[in-house]
Amino acid sequence: MDEDDQRDERAADRSPLLEVRNLVKRFPVRHGLTQRLAGHVAAVDGVSLTVGPGETLGLVGESGCGKSTVAKLITRLERPTSGSIHFAARDLAGLNETALRPLRRDLQMVFQDPFSSLNPRHTVRQILAGAYRYQGLEPDQPAEELLARVGLEAGHADRHPHEFSGGQAQRIGIARALALRPKLVVCDEPVSALDVSVQAQILNLLRDLQDEYGLSYLFIAHDLGAVRQISTRIAVMYLGSVVETADRDTLFAQPAHPYTHALLSAVPLPDPDLEASRERIVLHGDLPSPLDPPSGCRFRTRCLKADELCAAERPQLRTIALGQQVACHYPERTP
Amino acid sequence: MTLLTVRDLAVEFRSGVRAVDGLDLDLDTGRVLGVVGESGSGKSVTSLAVLGLLRDAQVSGEIRFDGQELTALDRRALRRLRGNRIAMIFQDPLSCLNPYYSVAFQIAEAYRAHHRAGRKQAHRVAVRMLDRVGIPEPERRARCYPHEFSGGMRQRVMIAMALCLEPDLLIADEPTTALDVTVQAQILQLLRELREEAGTAIMLITHDMGVVAGLADQVVVMHQGRAVERGPVRDVFHRPQEPYTRGLLACVPRIDGPLPDRLPTLGAIT
Repeated sequence: MDEDDQRDERAADRSPLLEVRNLVKRFPVRHGLTQRLAGHVAAVDGVSLTVGPGETLGLVGESGCGKSTVAKLITRLERPTSGSIHFAARDLAGLNETALRPLRRDLQMVFQDPFSSLNPRHTVRQILAGAYRYQGLEPDQPAEELLARVGLEAGHADRHPHEFSGGQAQRIGIARALALRPKLVVCDEPVSALDVSVQAQILNLLRDLQDEYGLSYLFIAHDLGAVRQISTRIAVMYLGSVVETADRDTLFAQPAHPYTHALLSAVPLPDPDLEASRERIVLHGDLPSPLDPPSGCRFRTRCLKADELCAAERPQLRTIALGQQVACHYPERTP
Repeated sequence: MTLLTVRDLAVEFRSGVRAVDGLDLDLDTGRVLGVVGESGSGKSVTSLAVLGLLRDAQVSGEIRFDGQELTALDRRALRRLRGNRIAMIFQDPLSCLNPYYSVAFQIAEAYRAHHRAGRKQAHRVAVRMLDRVGIPEPERRARCYPHEFSGGMRQRVMIAMALCLEPDLLIADEPTTALDVTVQAQILQLLRELREEAGTAIMLITHDMGVVAGLADQVVVMHQGRAVERGPVRDVFHRPQEPYTRGLLACVPRIDGPLPDRLPTLGAIT
């Protein structure tokens, strides 16, 4: 059986492309001149996720919830403290750099700031060739062809990053990620630094490339509108944990976690009549410090429904409807 | 009653860039004017021009505030007006606060710059303002330094500082852009309340159509230094006349309503 047939078979039996189980990342916290170890902060605290072939999983949450750390762990830019990352039948969590390198062909990343992720001294041609050089391969697609795929012109190949607008630079970042024909692309806030009209172009481009190459995306963002536009399934993170996962339409129509509900009601709608009439849930206070997280449910300090049970016992993710899981003692929706 | 009138405002930088080109604005007492546009549309430069804060640029046109022509005022007269009658808050509150002084000291300093008041009296004003913008335990938090506050709390401090002098006009330049969405909702709620209670007029500068829809009475859509469309917020959002406004509204991915397969885009690849 050749490789293509194997790939088709894998897609057919619907086994996930990426399966993350109980992922934990603790960072040491150091204080003072002597850099005395003062404890640990759990940036990611037991996250489990799956991404199927051709699927887009949206990962949303506010700053400090650990979503970017999840991206760095999956792409193994950081080493997890514990947990497993199954990708292409290997557990990436324990592999060293030499063993990881061939797997990186299938697992690429697009970053938030297109300029700081492109070498300013290199031409676009050199940047795109770099993807192959790192793998010890000869470029099998000319720079011009890669540029055409992301909507840029052949003439752009010999220019430097500073000659491009933010949207164009992000297209170059996407072209570099595609050069090795990956299966999964982790996009960490790929449109947050862009103007709205440029955001729309990049979201459309990501969708087109997915249709064309059967890519899977892990799309990390804080913008719920962008996440709805591109995702098939969505996971919501709060303070290091996933609090809810659901199909896109279910999540927006019937959010089950009080945090998801509050998050959706906080997004301003571009419609003055809806804005004047809608019910608003304004959460009190700020995100608690991950250095000293609340006992039990992490969200209880800002939750309207919280009681003794929430302080005593940390809720686990459980299925409450087809394709919807929630970590809450009192979900908005009951099974 | 008209509070601020801008006529034929043009701003040209030394480089020859015309950032604002023939802009008219009108803002009534106690109302909220939303100025929306993408980056480079000239919306922030407009606010700086109104405050007389553009040193290296050629500013022409009329800026009338409460019957006074601001372009004719000298620096000292403008300084008396700024803070006292026109206040401003910015996107990044941390870069506007001095890390060496407590938040109450900085609010009191702004108060004392325009009022004859002792340190103690000014401190009391600062604590009262912190309480009003929703800082819990204002007595204790008054002695904190900016780094001890979260982004949302720092923006509350900036609002307290801006409002301690009871200005007639608050210029808010992307006041919630750097904040998380749940914290943004808190700050927008605070601005709504302040506007109801104090009757402060607000010039709200933002790229976020949702923020404008929730707060503004009137809206001006800017593009390349010009106003392409203006009017009551309902008219502009429900019946946009200009293709640019229609495009800007349509290309924002929404959390409600029908889901388009592809988002409409504005023109060529940029």
